[in-house]
Amino acid sequence: MAARPVAPDLFTSAPTPRLIGGRDRATGRIVFPLPANNPDYEALELPTHGSLWSYTVQRFAPKSPPYTGPQPFEAFAIGYVELPDALIVESRLTQVAFDDLRLGLPMELTTTVLRTDPDGCEVLTYAFRPATDRKI
Amino acid sequence: MTDVFIVGIGIHPFGRTEGRSGLQQGALAARAALADVDLTWSEMQFAYGGSDAAGKADTLVAQLGLTTLPFVNVTNGCATGGAALFGAYSAIRSGDFDLGMVIGFDKHPRGAFDPRPADWGLPDWYGETGLMVTTQFFATKLRRYMDIHGITPVALARVSEKAYHNGSLTPHAWRRTPTDVNTILSAQMLNDPLTKFMFCSPSEGGVALIVASERKARALGRAGIRIKAVSMRTRPQGSFEVFAPYLDLERGDSVSATASRAAFEMAGVGPEDIDIAQLQDTESGAEIMHMAENGFCADGQQEQWLAEGRTRLDGALPINTDGGCLACGEPIGASGLRQVYENVTQLRGTGGPRQVKRTVRTAYSHVYGAPGVSAVVILQC
Repeated sequence: MAARPVAPDLFTSAPTPRLIGGRDRATGRIVFPLPANNPDYEALELPTHGSLWSYTVQRFAPKSPPYTGPQPFEAFAIGYVELPDALIVESRLTQVAFDDLRLGLPMELTTTVLRTDPDGCEVLTYAFRPATDRKI
Repeated sequence: MTDVFIVGIGIHPFGRTEGRSGLQQGALAARAALADVDLTWSEMQFAYGGSDAAGKADTLVAQLGLTTLPFVNVTNGCATGGAALFGAYSAIRSGDFDLGMVIGFDKHPRGAFDPRPADWGLPDWYGETGLMVTTQFFATKLRRYMDIHGITPVALARVSEKAYHNGSLTPHAWRRTPTDVNTILSAQMLNDPLTKFMFCSPSEGGVALIVASERKARALGRAGIRIKAVSMRTRPQGSFEVFAPYLDLERGDSVSATASRAAFEMAGVGPEDIDIAQLQDTESGAEIMHMAENGFCADGQQEQWLAEGRTRLDGALPINTDGGCLACGEPIGASGLRQVYENVTQLRGTGGPRQVKRTVRTAYSHVYGAPGVSAVVILQC
C-alpha cells in the first residue's frame, strides 16, 4: 500500500526513521522541527532513542480542522521524550498501553499511520514506542 | 513618581449571556466602574483595554462617548488584562495622567479553543497530527510535576472542590454548584490526570477598573487601595509553554516565577506578607504548580496545604476566593482583571458570604497565558 509522510523534511524513512531537527549554525543550539527556509539552520538527524519525560492521553477529539486523524475518534497518547545530547521532543506515543506509561520509560522512534486518504494512500507521522532494544 | 490607586471597579457577570456581545458586556462593566466611584466617561483621560475574540476594545468609545481620549488596545492572550493594567499603571506613574480606565472583556464559543498552527508559527502537520491542543500542555506539565513532587489526584480534586464552593458564594461566578471530591475524581477524563471538573472553560464576561494618581485618588476620597506592584514578563529560556514541539534539555525558570520575583521586589514585600492570592487556575494542577512558582510554598508542600485546607476562605492563605477560572470560566481578555476586581472587593471588605474573615491588607494576583506571558499585581490597603 502506498504511504507518504504527513510533511516533507519531518523525518527520514530508510532504513529506520530519523527525526530531522535543525542546528543553529552560529550557536549550535538544536531545535525541532527544522525551520523552513531559514539559512541560519542546518538539517540534523536526531537520536532515535530516549526516555519518556512526560505524557498524557488525548481522550477527546481535537477540533477538525486542523486534526485529521481517523473518524470516529480514537484516544491516543502523547508525550515528551528526552533525547540525550539533543532536546526533548513532543510526540505521539504508540504500541503501549496507557496504563504502562511512566516517566523514564525507555523509548524509540517509529512511524504510525495518522490516516488513510481517499486515494488509499496511508499518511504517516512519527511516534515513539517503548524501546525494543537496549541502545540507551 | 506618584503611586497609583484603584478607585473604581465594575464587572459584568461571567458565564454565558445570550444576546449580549462581548463589547456590550465590556461597556456595562465600564459603566459599573464609573458608577462605583461616581465619575463620568468624559473624565477619563485615557484607557487601556482588550479582548481576544470579541472585538476591538477602542470601539467602545461608540457606546461610552466620543471624548477623543487615547485608547490603547492590548492583545496578550490570557495576560491581556494584566498587560492593560501594566500600561495604565505606567501612564499614571509617568505623571502625564491622573485618571484612566482599564478594561477587558470577551465572549468565546463553547468548547476548547481551536487555534490555527500558522498563527503560532507552527507547521500544518502539528495540528493535523493532534498536537495543537492546549489541554495537552497543562496535562504533561502537571504529570511530570506530580510524579517528581508527590502530588496526588486527590489534591487536584480538592482545588476544584474549593473553587466550586467559593464560586457558589460569588455573584459574578458561572459554575455555582458545590461539587465534592469524589464527583470531581470520577468525572470524564479529558487529558490524564485531569477530569472535566478540573478544567476551566472558555466563557464570557467583562471587567473595568478605574486607576488614579495619588493626588486624584485623595481628591476623590478613594486613596484606600494602592497598587504596590505590577509586573509583566515574557518567557525566559528553558521555560515549558503551550504548543512546544520541543524543549531545550537545559530547563529554566517559569515565566510566572520570573514575574512573581519582579513583583515582590517592586512591592518590597515577600510571599509571607500576602493575605490572599488569586492564581491562574486554567486547570486545578495549574493552581497547585503556581502556588510554588509564585513563592508561596515549596514544591510538593501543596499536598499537605490542601489536605489541611490552608487555601480555603478560612485558611491561612485563601486562594482564588471567587472560585477563580474554574468557577468563573475564562473570558480571555477579562480574566486577569477579574482577579484584581476580586482583590479590591476583598480589601474593601465587601465580599459578602465569600469575604475572608481575617484581616486582608495585602492581596496578590497572578495571570498566565500562552505563549508564555505572565503578569502579577500586588495591592495593599
